[in-house]
This record gives sequence, C-alpha cells and structure tokens, in this order.
Amino acid sequence: MHKEIFKNYTPKDRSNLIVILQETQEIYGYLPEEALSDVSDFIDVPLASIYGVATFYNQFRLKPLGKNVVRVCRGTACHVKNSANVLSALEFELGVTAGNTTRDKLFTLETVACIGACSIAPVISINSDYYGRVEVKEITKILKKYRNEEKTKSITEKEVSV
Amino acid sequence: MVELTINNIKVQAEEGMTILEAAKSVGIHIPTLCHMKDLTPTGACRICVVEVDGMNGLTPSCAYPVYNGMVVETNSPRVRRSRKTIVELLVENHPQDCLICVRNKNCELQDLSEQYGLREHKYVGEKKVHAIDISSASMERDPAKCILCGRCTRVCNEIQKVGAIDFTNRGFSSNVTTPFNKGLNVSDCILCGQCILVCPTAALREKGHLKDVQNALNSKDKYVVVQIAPAVRASIGEEYGMPLGTDATGKLVTGLRRLGFKRVFDTNFAADLTIMEEGTELIGRIGNGGTLPMFTSCCPGWVKYIEQNRPELLAHVSSCKSPHEMEGAILKTYYAKKMGLDPKDIYVVSIMPCTVKKYESDRPELSEEHKQDVDAVLTTRELVRFFRAAGIDFDDLPEDQFDNPLGESTGAAIIFGTSGGVMEAALRTAYFKMTGNELENLELADIRGDQGVKETTIKINGMDINVAVVNGIGNVDPILDEIAEGKSKYHFIEVMACPSGCINGGGQPIHHKPEKVKKRIQALYDIDTKMKNRKSHENESVQKLYKEFLGEPNSHMAHEILHTSYVNRKEILSNK
Repeated sequence: MHKEIFKNYTPKDRSNLIVILQETQEIYGYLPEEALSDVSDFIDVPLASIYGVATFYNQFRLKPLGKNVVRVCRGTACHVKNSANVLSALEFELGVTAGNTTRDKLFTLETVACIGACSIAPVISINSDYYGRVEVKEITKILKKYRNEEKTKSITEKEVSV
Repeated sequence: MVELTINNIKVQAEEGMTILEAAKSVGIHIPTLCHMKDLTPTGACRICVVEVDGMNGLTPSCAYPVYNGMVVETNSPRVRRSRKTIVELLVENHPQDCLICVRNKNCELQDLSEQYGLREHKYVGEKKVHAIDISSASMERDPAKCILCGRCTRVCNEIQKVGAIDFTNRGFSSNVTTPFNKGLNVSDCILCGQCILVCPTAALREKGHLKDVQNALNSKDKYVVVQIAPAVRASIGEEYGMPLGTDATGKLVTGLRRLGFKRVFDTNFAADLTIMEEGTELIGRIGNGGTLPMFTSCCPGWVKYIEQNRPELLAHVSSCKSPHEMEGAILKTYYAKKMGLDPKDIYVVSIMPCTVKKYESDRPELSEEHKQDVDAVLTTRELVRFFRAAGIDFDDLPEDQFDNPLGESTGAAIIFGTSGGVMEAALRTAYFKMTGNELENLELADIRGDQGVKETTIKINGMDINVAVVNGIGNVDPILDEIAEGKSKYHFIEVMACPSGCINGGGQPIHHKPEKVKKRIQALYDIDTKMKNRKSHENESVQKLYKEFLGEPNSHMAHEILHTSYVNRKEILSNK
C-alpha cells in the first residue's frame, strides 16, 4: 500500500523523507519495518538513518496503536493537581508504562505536555472523551467502560456468527 | 596566508584552515573527540572549544576557520573549566569499569579524564543502561560505553558507505544503533571493524577468541598450529613502541612458538596458492568467455557486502577461498596426511589484521568434511594481549623462521596486505602463465597508492587486459553499477573493504598516529623487494603441493579444497 506514496516523489531524493514517513504513518497508524525498508530503498538512504529519523521525532511511532488511546496530561497545572499519581495509577491498572500498548491491544497509554483544559486539572483523555478533575480511585471505573464496550461487542459478534 | 595569534604566538596559517589545524601547526594540542581528519566537522562534542577575542561564547576550534588578526586562547581558565565539565559529564554517564575494560590504557575518555585532572565524582544522576550486542561473530557493541561522538557512524556512512549504524532517539536516550536496534548479525554491517579503529572507548570492539585458543593450547589432544597474515607483521611493533613500519616477522614467530603453538606457518604461503588458483581462474574466464570482470574474493568484508547488496552479481566473484582459509584447508588435508595426523585433532588459529575473518571462519561453506578450515581467528590486538598475559617481552625476542612447507612465500604474497597488492601479485603470475615471459617491471605504480579506485592496462599476447583496484568498500558501488549495466571495461577487479587494505584492517592496533598506514604499507613493499622470489609461481613449496597433492591449479581436487560458494544474503536479511 505504501508504495503508492512513492509515485509522487523523486527516487533517491532524501529531502522528502519526513513527508513520506508521515504519509506512511497515515496509512498504517504507525511505521511498519517493511515500509521503512522500502522507503530506504526508494530514497537510497541507509535503513539505520531512517530508523534514526523515525525515533528522533515524537510524531512517528514504530508500534501500532491500541484500540483506545489514553492520554495523561503532564502539563504544569495537572502536575500541581497530582497528575503523576494519576499516571502511575493508570500504569498500574493497565500493566504498561507510558508510551506502550497493552498486550490485548486494547489500550495505549501516552503522556501529553498540555491538553489545554487546565481549569479542570488533572485531565486525561481516552480517544475523544475528556475526563476532568480525575481522582486516582476513579481510574478503574473509567477504564471499565471501555473494557465493557469490548466485551459486549465480542458477545454480539459471537451471537451474529452463530 | 592569514596571520593570527594563538596563546600569544604569532601563527601563519593558510586561508580556510580551522583554528584546530592552525594550532596544531605550531605544536599546540587541542583535544578532540568528534573530529575526524578529512571529514566535515560536526562540532558535536565541544571538547575542542577555545576562546576567540571578540566573541561571546566559546568557539569549537575544529569547525571555525581562521581569519586575519584573530586572537585565540586555547588554554584559558574558562576554556579549561568548560572542557573539564564536558569530561566530567561524559565520565559520569559512563560505566566506571576501566580496570576490566578491553580498552584500559588505550581510551580517549580515560586520557581526557587524566589530562583534566578529574579526582572526584562531581555529578550523580541517572546513567544510561543498554544491553551489549554480542550477536555477531566478529564484533561486540556496548552502547553503555558510547559517548556519542559519532565517529563510528561517520566512518560507516561516509567512508565505507555501508550505513549499518546511526544515531537513534533523542536527548538522554540518544544512542547509536542498528535499524530497530536488532543484532549486528542481522544488520547491513559487513563487520569490517573500521568503526572499532575510530571508537574512542570500548563501545565497539572485536569479539574475543582468546579463550578458545588458550583452551585449545591447554588441551592435550589438540595439535594447535598458527598462521600469520602479511599485515600483522608490519603493525604489531607499534604496540611495543617500535617505529611505525617495523617488520617484526622474526619476533612474531618466536613469540608464537613460546605461546605453545606446535607449528608457526605463514598465510603468505596460501597467498601464493591463491594467486595460482585465482590467476588460473581468470585466464580460464578470459579464454572460455566466462563471466567478466572477475572480482577477487580474498576480503570477506567485500564478499559479505556483495552477498547482501548485489547478490545478482555473485557470478563475478572468484570462487577461490581467501588465503587463510586455503591455508587451513591445506593443513587439514595435505599436511595432516603428510604428517600422519588426524584432521580432527588439528586446531588452526589465524592471526589476522581483520575482524570479518572471525565471521568468515564460521561460514559453513568454508569447511572440509564438516571441520572448519580455520578454528579461531585472533586480531593483531588480541595477539598482543595474549603475549602480555603470557609474560612474553616482545621487544627482547630473538628472531626465528616459519615452519615448512606452509611457511615459504614470495614477495607477491606479502603485498596482499595492502590495497592493490593482490592485483599486482596476480598480474605478475598471470602474465607469465599467458605469455611464458616474466613481467618486465614487477612494481605496478598505477595500482599502488591511496586513491579510491586505481586502474591500469596490461598488454598480454596483444590483448589489453584492464584491471581495477577498489580501495575501500565505499568506492565499489559505481563499479558494480557499471557491471550491472553491462558497461564495464574491466577484466579483473580487486576489492578490499578497508581503506588501504588489510594493513588498515579493523583488527589492527588502535592509535591515531599520522602516517601509520603509509609506513606499514612501505614495510610490506620493502619486504617484497628484499625477497629472493617475487612471483607466486616461483614458490617451490606451492609447486610441490601441486605435484604431490593437488595436480594442477583449478583441478578437481583444487576445486574441492580451495574453492567455495556464496550465498544470497539479501533474501536472508530483507525484512520482507
């Protein structure tokens, strides 16, 4: 699929690297190894250097995202309002550290510099839902909603297939 | 000309010179870490900062050009304080295991720590933690010891143009890695070890085989023999303070005997043998319309490169094993039979200026009846460690001769150690084989020297034979492209992965003395001129080997024992 992108660019021109990586990520949601190796062949830059660029910029990810993306605001206001504890609670609850995805691919946990909703600090967002004034004890409940969604869906799917 | 003042000394410098170069010309030493001669400066490490009159901050002297009337201070309190802080920060983020480090007493960070008088741990903080990559057969990568100077990435990308490693991540987690931080064994690395030669610390180093060799020497039922590559004898003296370019052959032989090796042989014997085989193969290809141009196959780094990158051109590579593999194969067949030894009991050790040879000796294609031709490979550096551990004072050793029959060699063999040497040796013999006359001028100046690609034409039987010598793997791609397009005019091409050839191999002593490569090469050429026989076909032991055992060059037997096959590694390595 990503090879379609190459049609719009000149081969062996390294100046297009970042744009090509961005467009590749748009297709897959992340940068698969295979795609990077093709990009390396196309612009004639060693794979090691492309991997270097892909790991340098925060915008690129090398692993696929989970179904739900949990973002914890680590801005100043949220920090004052204890967002560090919220983050560790989430890490504990999900069993992954920030920047990683749970083994069942249901959640990806990330931190962000500032969500821009300081008045309701501390804030977390899950996909497009925002939760303000989050308390550590609420975390399980909040996550439960997304876990249940998955459960009901898989049950319905089963019923349909039967 | 530009006139400037450095530390109150009037300095005449050329236009475009950097402050660093100008200072050096009057004997002022400025420390550097990321600086590499002949490459554009990156100014990454900041250890070379100096104070320039009229400028606010400190200036990196490696990157700043001189101008008329410039006033520079390289040793002011501010400069010293600043450099010391840099060293302190580097040291505190470095494993403090100098005592048990392979680069102990030969480490640029250690030297700087000493020069700037570090006497306390000034900063306490997080240290980087990285696993050691021991996946490759030749090299180890220890990123915890990396100080991010970037010299390895530059040698790999700009000089060798292999591009196996580069900077990854950012800030504190910056690191030099292979793609996806996988093992070197599955990367594009050709294991040439040029990165080891420029690494200021032990972040890159060879994989040691010393223990295996010691175990073999201690074992009662092993008949342990050793062979030495041509380039080792011209460089090992440097580790003992001998002048650059000292020929230490005699001492080496004595030293190896004292280490307990049963027999000490010369890889040069097999170099002559290689010429007989490779020369005959070339003549055959020219005569029978075989695949041309033919490439030499002595350099395993080059072989790995073409296997990984251009497997479709593998038919161009000579099928000859590299000399030390030939020597091992002959030892385990002809020599074993002659001496009544069981090939299983013979343990062949090669002393090589090279790191790739370690990987090469593990190749399954290079074995006789499931026994490796060469069992272990030690680099020049490892041999020096071995001598030290065994209490052998190299300087005081008497001289000795190689054992026979695999110790005799000609001048053509010794120059295998430098770029152009294999070609020169091959032409000396091929000319004789094709015309029946000897080459008038044995020394082919066109293919000596340090240019990236050297070429010459020799008239043999009225036919122009065009040959090329590729000096450093970074220069090979244009030639491969030409061949792929069917436009190559060459008949025979020598490729050495390391710039200047084995003499500057990844297993050689590590230091930055200028002229080291030139002097080592001169030592090899001097040995050549002093030799009684200077052409491979004049090697009597080789002639005898053919008479008694192999028949003739490229015979069926020779093919079985002295030739090999190659693998398409592009398929194996590709992520698809």
